Amino acid sequence: MLYIKCPHCGLRSQNEFAYGGDASVKRPELNKEISDQEWDEFVYLRKSPRGKHLELWHHVSGCRQWIKVLRDTSTHEIFNTYKSEEKVG
Amino acid sequence: MRQNYRLDKIGLVNREKKLSFKFNGKKYFGYEGDTLASALIANGVHLVGRSFKYHRPRGFFGAGVDEPYAIVQLYRNGETEPNVRATEQELFEGLEAKSVNCWPSVNFDIGAINNFLNIFLPAGFYYKTFMWPRSFWYRIYEPFIRKAAGFGVASKEHDKERYEHKYEYCDLLIAGSGPSGLASAYAAAKNGARVILAEDKPRFGGSLLTSDVSINNQSGKEWADNIITELKGMTNVTVKNRAQIFGYYDHNMLVMSERVTDHLPKSEQFTPKQRLWYIRAKQVVISSGSIERPIVFGNNDTPGVVLASAAKEYMKVYGVLVGKKPIVFTNNDSAYETAIEFKKNNINPIVLDSRQDSNSEIIKEAKSLGIDIKFSHVVVAAKGYKKVKSCDIAEISEDKQNLNQIKNIECDCICVSGFWTPTIHLASQSGGKTKFKEEIDAFVPDKSKQKEVTLGSANGVFTLEETLKTSFDKGFELSKEITNNNNSQQIPKVSEKKHSKHDKFWCVPLPKGKKYKRFLDFQNDVAVSDIELAIREGYRSIEHVKRYTTLGMATDQGKTSNLNGLQLVSNIENKVVPAVGHTTFRPPYTPISIGAIVGREIGKHSKPTRKSPMHNWHEKNNAVFVDAGVWLRPRYYKRGNEGLFEASKREAENVRKNVGVCDVTTLGKIDIKGPDAAEFLNRVYTNAWLKLPVGKARYGVMLREDGIVMDDGTTTRISENHYHMTTTTAQAANVLSHLEYYLQLVWPELDVNVVSTTEQWAGAAIAGPKSRDLLQKLFPDTDVSNEGLPFMGFVEANLFGVNARIFRISFSGELAYEVNVESDNGNFMWEKIIEIGKDFDLQPYGTEALSTLRIEMGHVAGSELDGRTIPYDTGLDGLVSKKKDFIGKRSLLKKAYNEKDRQRLVGVVPLDKKTSIPEGSHLVKDPKGKLPNPKLGHISASCWSVEHNNPFSLAILKDGKNMIGSKLYAMSPLKNKTIAVEIVSSHYVDPKGERVRS
Repeated sequence: MLYIKCPHCGLRSQNEFAYGGDASVKRPELNKEISDQEWDEFVYLRKSPRGKHLELWHHVSGCRQWIKVLRDTSTHEIFNTYKSEEKVG
Repeated sequence: MRQNYRLDKIGLVNREKKLSFKFNGKKYFGYEGDTLASALIANGVHLVGRSFKYHRPRGFFGAGVDEPYAIVQLYRNGETEPNVRATEQELFEGLEAKSVNCWPSVNFDIGAINNFLNIFLPAGFYYKTFMWPRSFWYRIYEPFIRKAAGFGVASKEHDKERYEHKYEYCDLLIAGSGPSGLASAYAAAKNGARVILAEDKPRFGGSLLTSDVSINNQSGKEWADNIITELKGMTNVTVKNRAQIFGYYDHNMLVMSERVTDHLPKSEQFTPKQRLWYIRAKQVVISSGSIERPIVFGNNDTPGVVLASAAKEYMKVYGVLVGKKPIVFTNNDSAYETAIEFKKNNINPIVLDSRQDSNSEIIKEAKSLGIDIKFSHVVVAAKGYKKVKSCDIAEISEDKQNLNQIKNIECDCICVSGFWTPTIHLASQSGGKTKFKEEIDAFVPDKSKQKEVTLGSANGVFTLEETLKTSFDKGFELSKEITNNNNSQQIPKVSEKKHSKHDKFWCVPLPKGKKYKRFLDFQNDVAVSDIELAIREGYRSIEHVKRYTTLGMATDQGKTSNLNGLQLVSNIENKVVPAVGHTTFRPPYTPISIGAIVGREIGKHSKPTRKSPMHNWHEKNNAVFVDAGVWLRPRYYKRGNEGLFEASKREAENVRKNVGVCDVTTLGKIDIKGPDAAEFLNRVYTNAWLKLPVGKARYGVMLREDGIVMDDGTTTRISENHYHMTTTTAQAANVLSHLEYYLQLVWPELDVNVVSTTEQWAGAAIAGPKSRDLLQKLFPDTDVSNEGLPFMGFVEANLFGVNARIFRISFSGELAYEVNVESDNGNFMWEKIIEIGKDFDLQPYGTEALSTLRIEMGHVAGSELDGRTIPYDTGLDGLVSKKKDFIGKRSLLKKAYNEKDRQRLVGVVPLDKKTSIPEGSHLVKDPKGKLPNPKLGHISASCWSVEHNNPFSLAILKDGKNMIGSKLYAMSPLKNKTIAVEIVSSHYVDPKGERVRS
C-alpha cells in the first residue's frame, strides 16, 4: 500500500485516497469551438507511461483536496506531491 | 502409552504438564511446549499422511515453517481447519487431528496405486490428458481432480472465531528473533528507536536455541532469554511471538499474521484467534535466518528421512528422538552438531560425509566422541515403504559421478544436510535484487529497493561472531538516523566452533540399472525425472519449468526444493545457477487463513450501516428494511399478514388518494456557497441556472464529460449566494468529488465552496392530494397556499418551535412537499407529521411504494440513469440548454448520440394487463426468432400501477420515440417468461403534470 504525502495533511496510507488519473490533461475551455478529435483526446485518450507520471489523487477520507503526485508507475516511487494550484517542474 | 522416543533430561517442554490428544482417532500424550509433530514423533508415529500425486507415505521432514509433509486436518473447539502444519501447531489439551489426502486410511490408501502407475503421471500429465474431449472437463475431469487434489477440506460452517486487523507504525521492524534479530533489536531499542520484533515460533532465539555456542559466557539460549526479557520491559519495544511477517509491500508496508490463540484449546471471549498487523516501518531488518536444504537421493521421501537441523531441534527443544539408529548424511560441518547431540544422548549415529576429508574443530570433536564417520560416502537410496528400515550406501568418486560397490546398512532415520539456503523471501518481495553467492551455492539479497537490510544467515553469513557484530552495528546505525541518539552497545564476546568448507554436492547419481524416484519437491511430488522431461519437451524459462512440473508450487512454496530444482536445471542446460535465475517470490511467505485476511469485515460488518434519525420509529412500526447503498431504509410498513406486494400497493394507493409520508433523509445533500455559485451550477447542470430567483428550486441534470447522465436532483436557492443541492442516495459521494474536482482543478478562479450536508438534515416527503391541508396544520403561521408556496417554491418555516425548510417538490407526481429539519429534530418532525396526519388518513410509505409512484409517472431514477444513457435516452433532452456550455455538452454532438433511431424511455404494459414483467427482460420483435434474437431494448423498472390497477414498466427502447403503440415481446430467460406487451408513453399518470401544480 502506497504511503502518500498529502501536502495539506502529511503522510497517509493509500486507502485514504482515490486515484484521479493523468494530471497533465487540460479541459478545453468552455464555449470554445473544438474538433471532434481534440475532444475525443481529452475525454478518452490517456498515455499509460512506464516510469514518471504526474497524476491526480483525491484525499477523499481526509481533507478532500485534489492533489498532484509525481510517481513512478513501475516502481511506485513517489518523488514529490503538490497542491492542486502548485506548478510542477 | 509410553512415549518411546522421548528423552529423559533434555528439551524445553514442560514435563509437569501432560497433555492428551488424538491423532486419527487414537489417543496419545505429549507435554506442554510440544508441537503436534514432536508429540507424535515422541509416540513413535512416523506416518502422518500421503503425498499429493502418488500417495506415497509421508512422515516429517522439518521442524517448522518449511515442513512439506506433515499437513493435517485440525479439529478444535467444534471447528475444523485444513492445511495445518503439524510442525507448527502447538499441542493443547484435547487437540484432535487427522491425516489428509488418503482414503480409507493413512495406513491403507487406495490412491497409492498411483505410485505403481506413475508412468502415467509424469510432469504435465494434467495438461496432456485432460484437454479433450472438451465436454468431459466439467463432468468428469474437474470433479476428479478436485477430489484427488488438495490437502484436507475447508469447513462449510460459518467460522465462529474472531479475527482482527491492527495498524501499527514503528521505526524498526525486525523479522525474526534469531541472533541477528535480537542483536539489531537490542541495539536499536537501547538507542531510543520504536521497535517491533516479530518471531514466528512460540520461542524466541532462533538458532540460538539449538546451537552449541557461548555469548558472554552464557549459552546461546540464556543470552537470548535475557535480551528478550529486557526488551519486553522497554516501553518503546513490542515483542511478538507466534507472529509471521509474511508480506513485504510498497513503501515499507509489511503484513504480519499473529496466531493469538491457535495454541489454546479455545479462544477466550472477545479474544481473536488471529490478528493481522499492517505495519508501516521506517526501516526493516530482515533476520529471517536460513533453511537447511536436502541432498537428493533415491526414495528420499521415505518417512524417516529428515533434515539434520530438524533432528537436532527435536532433541534439543522437545527432547524427542527422530530415530534410534540414525544415519547422518551431509556435505558440510553443521550436521555434525546433530551427530554429536545423538551421541550425547547415548545413540550411535553413522555419519556419511560426501567430502573427501575434513579436519575442522567440530569433526575432531565428533571423532573424539567415537562417532563413526565415513568420508566420500553417500546414501544411494532409502529402503522401506512406510518407514526407513535400511539404506544403500556407497563410496563416491572424487568427481561425484561414479558410485563404488553398494552396501546396505540398517537404520531407522536418515538426517540429511545439503548446506543452508538463506530465507530471502521478504527481501525479494520488497522489490530488491538478489545475487548468487558462489561460496554458499545460494541466492542472497543484493541491492535494496526499499528501506530494508538483511542480516545474519538470511544474508548468507553463517558465523555467529560476524552476525552479532554486523547486527549490533546496523541496529545502532539505523536507529541513530531516526532518533539522533548515540547510545551504542558493547558487542558481546562469542565463542563458537569454526566450520570448514562445505561440498558443492547436492544430488546422488542413480546406480546402474536402478530407477529410484529422487524427489526435489516433496509436497507436489516433483522428481528429478519430471524436470528432465520438462526440459526434453522444450521448457526453458525456470518460470515455465515451475508451472509445467509444479515444482515449488505447493503450500510450502518450495522452501526446501527451489534451489535443488535450479541446480538440476542448470546442470542439464550446462549453465551456472545465476544464469537460470530463480522464480519470483510472492507473498504470503506461509499460508494465511482467509479469516485473518477478512478480519472483522464480515456479514453486517462488511460495510457501515447508516440509519436515519427516524429509524427507531420505523422499527417500532413494523417497517421491513432494505439496504439502499450503506443506508437502511423502510421498504414497506407491514400490517397484519401483508406481504411486500399488498403493503406497497396500499401505501401507494393512499398517496394517490389521501396523503403519505416517506423518510427521504438518505438523499444526498450538498451545501454550495459563494459569489460564483450560480455560474458554477450553470456549468455543472445541463439547464440554465443564472436566473433562478431566491426561494425557488429547480430540477437539474448533470453529465459526465462523455455525455452520459451522471445524476439528477433539485437545487434550491436559499439566499443570494447560497444553494442547497440534492443528489440521489447512491451518487451522493461521487457528485461531491465531481464538484470538488471542477472547483479545485478546472475552474479554481470560481469563488465557491461545497460541503456535504447529507447527515445534517432529516427529510420527510409529504405527498398526496391532502398534503397541503396537512402542511397548513403543521405550519399554521406559514402561507402554504398555491400562491404563497407555488410548485418548486421554497420557504423557511417554524414547526412548533423547530426551524424547518419546506420545498414544494414532487417525486410521486402528486401535490407534494419535502420538509427538512436539523437531524436531531428529525424524530420530532416525523412524530408530529404522523400525529397530525391522522386527521387526513396519512400513512407512512416505504421505498417500494416510492418506486411505484415514480415509475408510473415516468420519473427516471438510478435504473434508467445507469451510466449508459444520455439525456435524450431518458427523456431529459428538454433540459439541455442550447445556448450555454456545460460539462459534457460537446460529447452530445457525437454521431451515435444523434442517430434517428436512438434509444429512448418508453412505458410498457402487458397485453393481458395481469402479468408483471421482470426487470431486466429484453424487448424483442419475434419471441421465436433465431438466436441471437435482436434485442430492441430492456425493461429498466417495473411496478403495479395503482392508478390503472395493472402492471406497468419503464423501458429503454431503440427508436422508442416512434414505437409508441407497437406490440413487442418482453423475454426473460432467467424467469423463463415471454410476455406480449404494448409500448406506451412513459407518463402513465397525469401526463400533463397538473397535480403537482394544483
